[in-house]
Amino acid sequence: MSTTRTATETTKAGPGRPQAAAAPAPGRLATRARVAALLALLAASALVSLRVGAHPLAWADILQLGFPRFAAGAVTDRGTVVSLLWEIRLPRMLAAMGVGAGLSMAGAAYQGLFRNSLVSPDILGASAGAALGATLGLTLSLPVAGVQTCGFLFGLAAVMLTCGLGRAAGGGGHFTLRLVLTGMVIGSLFMAGVSVIKIMADPYSKLPAITFWLMGSLAATTRADLALLFPPLALGVTVLLLLRWPLNLMALGEDEARSLGVPVTAVRVLVLVGATLITSATVAVAGIIGWIGLMVPHAARFWVGPNHRDLLPSSLLIGGICLLWADNLARCLFAVEFPLGVVTCACGAPVFLVMLRRSQKTWAE
Amino acid sequence: MLHLRNLSCGYTRRPVVGGIELGVRAGEFVCLLGPNGSGKTALLKTLAGILPPLAGDIRLDGAPLARRRARERARLLAYVPQAHAPVFAFSVRDVVVMGRAAQWPVWGGPRPADWRAADEALALVGLGSFAERLYTHVSGGERQLVLIARALAQQARYLVLDEPASSLDFGNQVRVLQTLRRLAREGIGVLMATHHPGHALRCATRVAIMRDGRLAPARAPDEALTAEALAEIYHVPFVVSDLPVAGDGAASSPIRVCAPIFN
Repeated sequence: MSTTRTATETTKAGPGRPQAAAAPAPGRLATRARVAALLALLAASALVSLRVGAHPLAWADILQLGFPRFAAGAVTDRGTVVSLLWEIRLPRMLAAMGVGAGLSMAGAAYQGLFRNSLVSPDILGASAGAALGATLGLTLSLPVAGVQTCGFLFGLAAVMLTCGLGRAAGGGGHFTLRLVLTGMVIGSLFMAGVSVIKIMADPYSKLPAITFWLMGSLAATTRADLALLFPPLALGVTVLLLLRWPLNLMALGEDEARSLGVPVTAVRVLVLVGATLITSATVAVAGIIGWIGLMVPHAARFWVGPNHRDLLPSSLLIGGICLLWADNLARCLFAVEFPLGVVTCACGAPVFLVMLRRSQKTWAE
Repeated sequence: MLHLRNLSCGYTRRPVVGGIELGVRAGEFVCLLGPNGSGKTALLKTLAGILPPLAGDIRLDGAPLARRRARERARLLAYVPQAHAPVFAFSVRDVVVMGRAAQWPVWGGPRPADWRAADEALALVGLGSFAERLYTHVSGGERQLVLIARALAQQARYLVLDEPASSLDFGNQVRVLQTLRRLAREGIGVLMATHHPGHALRCATRVAIMRDGRLAPARAPDEALTAEALAEIYHVPFVVSDLPVAGDGAASSPIRVCAPIFN
């Protein structure tokens, strides 16, 4: 269709008359349906993940808790089911959903903020910082909560260091680029620290724990972990969801956002704080889980487009679904528990390559 | 009134142009001409709040611009940048509605009135049927029109444009210029940087020429854009002439055209 013809037609129609209905746009309902479909899929995945594991449960096993008439068909006795679900599967399911959802949404926010779809949530050194903190905690034989708190605080510290040095690294524009490069430097510095600790750690008692933690795992998740994970997660997610439209404007370019009236610096700080809270909390609980934060935003953009109004909730839901299934695989694939980070990478890499081939629609350049 | 007093603009403390004195009243259409690199874009970016002013003073309806918050400024002054390729494939409608960012609540998003304004602005530049297209998948000229629509959706009292017609075909050039001229007549103050003296002659109420780090005082287009003046700006000989227009159409008065002379 030629622009010229369109222009003539609309000129005739007259500018005073609104062309389309106010809202929602034609595609709006379809997008909402797509988000709703993700929600349904997440709920179904959550239910399935309660059943699978070293001790598979039948539906009747679970249903007998609420409906006594299913007790007849149950294979496992009620007490075992209650403790299995309450102590192990439920916390693990919630942690998998929370970690996957959080990392994915943080990734989507970072990608929008930095206008680069190759950015992952650990770009500013959050994961490396948390890794150093947690390995320190493990070497010092701190209790689990101590290790996690250590990881969380070091993750925050690494990002603050990155932002501080990025600011100090000179005036003028390109703050974003400086930030990313500084983040890479800080990240590799902290990872070097991790290597030093690994070399010095006791190879029989400490090193295996450190190595397993670095590969990411939800195997040891308890209810206490959830108390550490969810408050910062909820705070970060709320902040990012509230900033969905400013993030859209930032994704157009910071100069344009500024000229359109967005308080660019405040938005940038808030997004960084929100995403860093999320990333540090998830890394502290689950260790380093790669790929999710990089890959899921792409899948979400493929599913609902780049508008953060839909992209952020979709990333949240797809991230939850993906990590639930990755964790299901990790505990069912082999007799031994498999590192979660290895599963996400092994599944993520091929999916990512397929998406790259098809993503022309949603990813320019 | 958009009032610039002794203003210096440039990038990272390196002034490109200084001592700018210019006033753009509501309802005026001021064109900014000058060779590449003379500082036109630097000036416009300074007005849009993208670059900090290096010296001097910008006043918008009496109050200094520096004292206004970004939101407040964006309600008073809209900026149309040169078109560029964005990273993410937003729909055209999404891009245009973002022009309303200063109107909707800080933590919220566009309300129905904002979507309506976006649709009206799209219709105004003739892209009513493009709303659901992807911004990354329309041509450069159409992208420029989308950015103009976004500025129109902003409904600001002053409109600052950086070569809005540079990547448009003749039809769209004329339509955009007519729209801008009509907006000026309706009381919007327009400041447009352009490389087309012809556009300035047809649309501008005043023309200001930027050269060698200075801005000459704005004058009437016919006085500012003589063959001698143009030759001095661009360092090539120019011909400026009144062409009679045949036919009995609306534009029966002669049209002044100017063109560089070269072999």
